[in-house]
Amino acid sequence: MSAQPGNYRYIGTRRRTKEDPRFVTGRGHYVADIALPGMKHVALVTSPHASARIKAIRTDKALALPGVHYALTGEELCANVDPLYVGVDAPKVARYPLARGVVRYAGEWVVAVVADSRALAEDAAERIEIDYEPTDYILDPEKAILPGAVLVHPDHGSNVLYRRTFTWGPVEADFAKAQHKLAFRARWGRSATVPIETFGIAAQWDPGTGLLDVWASIQMPKYPDQLARALRLPGNAVRVHFDVDVGGSYGVKRGIKHTVLVGYLAKKLGMPVRFIEDRLENMRGGDMHGPDRIFDMQVAFDTDGTIHSLKIRALDDVGAYAGRSPLQLGKPVGAIVGPYRITSVEYEPISVLTNKTAQEAVRGFGQSPTNYALETAIDRVARHLGMDRVELRRKNFITRDQFPYLIPSGSTYDSGDYHTVLDKALRAADFPALVAERDAARKAGRLAGVGIATCLEPSGGNSAFEPLFNPKNETTTWMDSCLVRVDISGAVTGVMNTSTSGQGHETLVATVLGEILERDPDTIRVVHADSLNALPSNSPVGSRMAIMLGGAAAGAAKKVKAALMAIAAHNLGVAQESLEYRDGSISAKGDAKKSLSWDQLVEIAHRKFHKLPPGLEPGLQAKFVWEVPTGGGLPTADGRIQMYPCYSFEAHLVLVEIDPATAQPKIRRYLCGHDCGTMINPDIVHGMTYGGIAHGIGAALYEKFAFSDNGQLASQTFMDYLMPSALEVPGIDIVDHCTPSPLTEFGQKGSGEAGYLGAPAAIASAINDALAPLGASIDELPMTPLAIWTQLQGGKTQ
Amino acid sequence: MSEKLYPVSITVNGKAHAAEVPSRLTLVDFLRDTLRLTGTHVGCEHGICGACSVILDGAPVRSCLMFAVQLDGCSVTTIEGLARPDGTPSVLQDAFCEAHGLQCGYCTPGMIVASHALLESNPQPSEAEIRDAIGGNLCRCTGYQQIVDAVQLAAGNLAKGAK
Amino acid sequence: MKAAPFEYTRVSTLAEACELLSEHGGDAKLIAGGQSLVPMMAMRLARPAWLVDINRLEELKHVELRGDALVVGAAVRQCVIERNADAVRSLPLMNRALKWVGHVQTRNRGTVGGSVVHADPSAEIPLVACVLDATLVLQDTSGRSEVAAREFFFAPMVTAIAPEQCLAEIRFPVWDAPRVGCSFEEVSIRHGDFALVSACAQVALDADGKCVRAALGIGGASPFPHALPEIGAMLEGKVLDDMLIEDAAVAVAGLIDPDGDLHATAEYRRFLARMLAMRVLKAAAEDAAGKGAK
Repeated sequence: MSAQPGNYRYIGTRRRTKEDPRFVTGRGHYVADIALPGMKHVALVTSPHASARIKAIRTDKALALPGVHYALTGEELCANVDPLYVGVDAPKVARYPLARGVVRYAGEWVVAVVADSRALAEDAAERIEIDYEPTDYILDPEKAILPGAVLVHPDHGSNVLYRRTFTWGPVEADFAKAQHKLAFRARWGRSATVPIETFGIAAQWDPGTGLLDVWASIQMPKYPDQLARALRLPGNAVRVHFDVDVGGSYGVKRGIKHTVLVGYLAKKLGMPVRFIEDRLENMRGGDMHGPDRIFDMQVAFDTDGTIHSLKIRALDDVGAYAGRSPLQLGKPVGAIVGPYRITSVEYEPISVLTNKTAQEAVRGFGQSPTNYALETAIDRVARHLGMDRVELRRKNFITRDQFPYLIPSGSTYDSGDYHTVLDKALRAADFPALVAERDAARKAGRLAGVGIATCLEPSGGNSAFEPLFNPKNETTTWMDSCLVRVDISGAVTGVMNTSTSGQGHETLVATVLGEILERDPDTIRVVHADSLNALPSNSPVGSRMAIMLGGAAAGAAKKVKAALMAIAAHNLGVAQESLEYRDGSISAKGDAKKSLSWDQLVEIAHRKFHKLPPGLEPGLQAKFVWEVPTGGGLPTADGRIQMYPCYSFEAHLVLVEIDPATAQPKIRRYLCGHDCGTMINPDIVHGMTYGGIAHGIGAALYEKFAFSDNGQLASQTFMDYLMPSALEVPGIDIVDHCTPSPLTEFGQKGSGEAGYLGAPAAIASAINDALAPLGASIDELPMTPLAIWTQLQGGKTQ
Repeated sequence: MSEKLYPVSITVNGKAHAAEVPSRLTLVDFLRDTLRLTGTHVGCEHGICGACSVILDGAPVRSCLMFAVQLDGCSVTTIEGLARPDGTPSVLQDAFCEAHGLQCGYCTPGMIVASHALLESNPQPSEAEIRDAIGGNLCRCTGYQQIVDAVQLAAGNLAKGAK
Repeated sequence: MKAAPFEYTRVSTLAEACELLSEHGGDAKLIAGGQSLVPMMAMRLARPAWLVDINRLEELKHVELRGDALVVGAAVRQCVIERNADAVRSLPLMNRALKWVGHVQTRNRGTVGGSVVHADPSAEIPLVACVLDATLVLQDTSGRSEVAAREFFFAPMVTAIAPEQCLAEIRFPVWDAPRVGCSFEEVSIRHGDFALVSACAQVALDADGKCVRAALGIGGASPFPHALPEIGAMLEGKVLDDMLIEDAAVAVAGLIDPDGDLHATAEYRRFLARMLAMRVLKAAAEDAAGKGAK
C-alpha cells in the first residue's frame, strides 16, 4: 500500500500554495484592513451580570460627546429585525444581537455605540448608564435540568433545549448478555478555537441601489441568507464579499449577530460602519465558546475484549442562547461507535441552557469531545480486563474488508484500513521503545505515560443533523459549487463561492482544475465570488471542501474538457472516441497532424462561431453544483441517518512525562498516523493536522473558559485563557496512509479537523497511563497541573 | 473637546513619516490606520499573542504595547519592510512559502518578524532556540511545526549564500 | 480595547519627571517599557490623566559596579541587563531569573525598574531584588531616599512608592566570595506566563563546602515577593546536605501563606513552594560547589 495511490500530475505532489506569497509579505486582505470612506466604528456596552432585568438605559451623556453618532439599544433593534436562526425547534429561545429587557449572561451585548473612531466609541460606551436589577441565575447544567430550576428563558418553559433518547440496535439485550459492564463519567471543558483574528465586519448601505455591502471575517453556512432574513431584506439586497481573508476560524467565525447589528446600523445611519471585536468582547460575548459536556458512559463487553454496546448520555451546556450549537450533539451520531464494531448504542443528547456565554460551532462540531469519551471508554475496558490497549483496539476495529460498513445509527463508513494505519504508526514511533522509555522514566522515579487514540474524522459535511434534531427542518441539500472560465487568452479562472480561513482553497481549486485540464496550477487564478455572483455554497464547514469544492471543481473542469473535445471532434472531423487530450491540446489518436492546440481550441470557442459544433454554447465556461455524496435523505423514525459521507482516520501515539515535584506535564513524543484518502496538497493536509494536534493539546491541557460562582467569565484575556505556544507544542511526526474514498473524484476525504479529533483523547490517555500506577485518573479536560497535582496527592494517600 | 494631537516623526521601513496623533494611539494602530501599513496585525491588544510584532530600533517588540507618540525619531521595520527592495519575498519569507509555514496568514507577519530578528542575531539557531524566539507569538493554524521548518530552511539557505 | 485619553510628556531629565509627578500627584503615571502598564490602560483598568515618559532618560540607564553592589538604572531594559557582562558575572541570579521573564519581545522593551514598581507578586525581578536584599533608590522633587526591597512590596501592585516618587536605581548587592552559586526555578502553566510559584536561591560555600551565606525567596505564594531570611539563617554554617535542604524546604512551606485562584489552590502553591525551594537550594549548592575551592 503506497501512501498516495493514483497517477496524478499535480494531485498529491508537494507544491507551493497559491495563498502563501501574499501573506508572507503582509499583503493579506483581512476585514480590519478595509477602510471605507467616512467609516464609523462600533463599541459595545455589555452586561456585568449573569442575569438581570434592564430597568433603564440612558444614552444622553454618551451622545453628547463630539464624534459620537448613535447609541443603539435592544428595544430599537429587536423591533426592527427578526430573531436569529435557532438550530432546534425552540422558537421561544429568541436570539437577537442586543439584549432586550433582560440580560442572560455576563458579557451579553446591551448597547452598541457608533463613533468616529473605536477609541471614541469606547469613551462613549463608558458614559452609557444602565440600571440593572440582578436576578437569579443558573450556571450548573445538571441543576438546570431539574424541576424548579431558575429558567434562562421562562417562555421556553424549561432549560432543556433538546433531549431525546435514541436506541439503535439491541442495547438492553447486548448489555444483558455481556460478561462485563463498566460505567464512568468524563467531562469535556469549555474551550474553543480562539482564532488570533477576532470576528469583524464592515458594512455599507447604498440607498441608491438598495444594496447592503458586507465584508466580514466569516465561516458560516447560508450567511447572506440569514443576514437578509434577519434584516427583512430580499436576499438580493445583501452582497457579501467573500474575497476577505479570514484570520483563522476552525468553526467559530459565525458572526451572524455581529453582522445583523452592523448591517442594521449601516442602513439606519446611512454611513459605512465597522465593528472589529476587541479581545474582551470576543471572549465574553463573541458567541465562540465550544462544547461544554458531561458524558455518562456505560460499556458492555466480554472477557476477550469484544465490545458489544454503549450507552452514552451527553449533557451539553450551550449557554444562554443557541444558534447551531445544539446540533453539535447531532453530528457525532454519524460516528457514534468510532472505528469499532459495536453493534448497539443508546444515545441521549441533552442540550441545556445556562447563564453563560453562548456556544457556537468549534472544529469537529462536537466530534472531538465524543471521540474523547469513546477512547476513554476503550482505555477503561483495557484496564478493567488487564488487556493491552493496542490489542483491544485491534480486536474491535472494523476490518478493511468490511467496508462500506453500516453503523447502528444509520451511517455507512465509506472506506478505511484502521489496522494498517495503527501498525504504521506503531512502527514509525518504535512503540516498544516508547514503552521502554516510559518504563525507564518510571523506574527513575518519574511519572510517565503512553497515550493512544484511534479516532474518526467524518468529512464532506452535510447538515443531516438538522432534520434529525428538528423535524420541522427538512434541509437535505448541502451542495457546493465551482465555476470555471477559460478566457479569450486561454487563461483559466476558477470561481469559488465562499471565503477562506487558511485552508488553502485557492490551491485546492487550482490543483484540481490543473489536474483535469492538464494545465499548470500556477497559471490558474482562483477568485472568490461575492454572494450575488456566487453559485450555491454551504461554506467550508464539516471538513468538506477537499471533497465538495474539489468535487465541484473537478465536475466543472470535466465539462470544459468535454466542450473542448466537442470542438476538436467537429473541426478535425474525428469522432471523440478517437481523440486524445494532452496538456490541453487534442489530437487524433495515431495521427498527430490532426491536432488542435489549446490556443486554437480557445480561439474557436470564443471567436469563431462558424466553427463551433451545433448546439454548443459559445465561450468556454462551465459550472458544476454538487450535492454531498450519500446525502439527501431524511432520518428514519428511530433516528437513523446517513451523516457525512467520508471517514478519515487518525491513530495518535504520545509519550507524556509528569514532573512529580510540580505536577507539570511535558509531551516527550508525538506521532500521528493519518489516513484521509488521497491528499490534494500534502503540505496543506499536514499543516492542518499539526495545527489540529496543537489545538487538541490546548483543549487537553491548557484551555478553559472558566466561570466564577457569580457567572463572570474568569478567563477572558489571553493571560488566563492559555493557548499553547511553540514551547508547549512538541515536534510532531505524521505518518501518512491512503485508503481512497470510493465516493470522491480522486479518492480524497476531509482533513480540516485532522489531529484535533484525536489529540485530546490521546493526551488524556497518556496522562491517565502516567497516573495509573498510583491508582489515580482524571476524567475531565483540561488536565491542568492543579488537576494532576490533586490526583497525585490522592494517589499518594491511598 | 477634540483630542489633543501630538506631532511625531517615525521612520518606517526606511521612510520618514510625520503625523499628528492622539497620545493614546498605539504604534500598531498608527502603522495600520495612519500609515495604512496593514501587514502588522492586531490580535489581543494586551501583549500576549505577538501578532503585532515589529522591529523597533533593531529589536522585535509588541507594537500594541507602546504609543506612537513615544516613538518620535525612532525607526520601525514592519513585515512590509522585510521583503527585498523589489518587493519579492526575502529568503525567510520565501522559506515560509516553501515549508508552508502558515495557513490563514494572520500571525504570519509577527512570526516572520520574530524569526527575522532571531536569524539576525543567531544565523544558525537550534530548534530549541527557534521555538524560544517564536515562543511569544501564538499561532492557531500550524501547530508551529512548519514554522520551525521554515526558519530552519531559511537558516540553511542563508548559510548557503542565498540573499 | 483603547486607552482612555491622557496628556503625554516625554521628559528629558529625571528632575522634570519628578516635577510633573509632584504637580499632578496620583493623576500622573510614569511609563518606561510599558509592558504591564499599557495592557492595563488598554483595558482601562489604569487611566492616568498624565503619562510621563522616562524611556529616554540616560540617567536611568546605567549598569555599573559601585562598591559591593551592581547598580542598575530603573529604565535599563531587561534585554540589556540580560547581556551586560558585569551583570552576568556579578549578578548571575538576575541572569537566570530573566530567562523566565516574558518573551524576547517583552524583554526588549520592558525595564528592570518597571517590573519592580509594577509589583506583581509572582514577577521574577522583584523576587531577585528581595532575595538579594537590594536597595531601591527613589527620587522626588525633594531629593533621593532609599528603601530596602524587602520593605518595598506590600501587596499586588501596592508598594512603598509615593505617587510623586520615581524609582531611580536599584542597588543589587554582589556577593564577593569565590564559591557563590545560584538557581531560579518556577512553575507556570506555560513558559513566559507569570509564575504559579517561583523560587530562587543564592548560596556561598567556604573551601570546605560549608555554607557561609544563603538567601532564598518565593514568588507567587504571598501577596509580595517573599524573601525568607529565616531560611538563610537556618543554612549558614552548615553543609547543605539533602536532609538539611529538605528541612529548609519544609520550613519554607510553613512560612508562606498563599492564596488560591483560577490556576492553583493555596495548598498546591504551598506544595510547589516546598518543592521548588528544595530544587533551587540543591541547584545553587551544586552550582557553588562546582566553582571549586581556591
